[in-house]
Amino acid sequence: MSEPKFVPNTVYVTYIASTAEQVWEALTSAEFTRKYFGGFAIEVEPRQGGTFLLRYPDGRVHMSGRVVEWSPPRRFSCTWRVEGMPDLRELPECLVTYDIEQAGGSVKLTMTEAHSWKVPDEILAGGRTGWPAILSSLKSVLETGKSLDIKLEPPREMMEAVKEAVAKKPWRR
Amino acid sequence: MSEPKFVYVTYIATTPEKLWQALTDGAFTERYWFGTRIKSDWTLGADVTFLRNDQVYDSGKLLECDPPRRLSYTWSVKSHEEFRGERPSRVTFEIETMTAAGGKKTEVKLTVTHDDFDVGSKVLAAVSGGWPVVLASLKSFLETGEALEIAGIGALQAAKERALAAARGATA
Repeated sequence: MSEPKFVPNTVYVTYIASTAEQVWEALTSAEFTRKYFGGFAIEVEPRQGGTFLLRYPDGRVHMSGRVVEWSPPRRFSCTWRVEGMPDLRELPECLVTYDIEQAGGSVKLTMTEAHSWKVPDEILAGGRTGWPAILSSLKSVLETGKSLDIKLEPPREMMEAVKEAVAKKPWRR
Repeated sequence: MSEPKFVYVTYIATTPEKLWQALTDGAFTERYWFGTRIKSDWTLGADVTFLRNDQVYDSGKLLECDPPRRLSYTWSVKSHEEFRGERPSRVTFEIETMTAAGGKKTEVKLTVTHDDFDVGSKVLAAVSGGWPVVLASLKSFLETGEALEIAGIGALQAAKERALAAARGATA
């Protein structure tokens, strides 16, 4: 089986008054992700090919995937498949990559969400809505110790587009 | 094909009024915008100027001013030889208060849209690298009282140069 080719569709960049090591810790430890990532706890085997999970506060699996690159404290990349929501779990997995670079006295964090099929804008809107909230909260946690309390729902158009995509399965050629 | 534009969203633990002041008061912008002082009397059609070390480097005209919700001005880049052929673009700031369960006001959502570019704009490539730096510094400034240290204007300039080089590569 050949690896699918992932094309970047959503990129979010922020700068954080922190160190590369602390940003790495915030991205990869459950203690941190619970604070800024909607209460989800990350669970990751720290090696290429390892298992990646995001769990709901009650322990159920929300996302699952595998580690594509584990290069602390510079690059963490893994595939994501939604497990915990109907319809969404039928979509092909996407690839999420975090790049961490020193930028003077701050750290530049770049999140890239890439896909192996032509994803409609209505579905991309999910990530484009969510990432600014998640990564704004991550920055606040690292700089102030306090997370942001942002309530987000998946956009309605997104859920309709997901239903349509699941019915047509455009990723199958 | 979608129109060329840059959109950036960030959430800040502050009030709309404080964010508005941070966007429109030159004494504030100078602190987080790497020495850039914004100046205007904020009446519709008025000049909006960007100064560094008391020298005007860019300017525009005020299009919309609805404190503390919406601010929009044109932006004409005069600081770089390479950008001078481009017509003015437009930047719009939208400020929304987020409300958590129970009606408690928590933080502010800031959406910055920079648009009205011609296809292939070099200014668009440059601002796409520059806005995340400025807006991350703004968020830090409002939440912690300290702007970001990104080696000041030098790094911002370097980011612009890299974006320009990338834009040249893409059109070559």
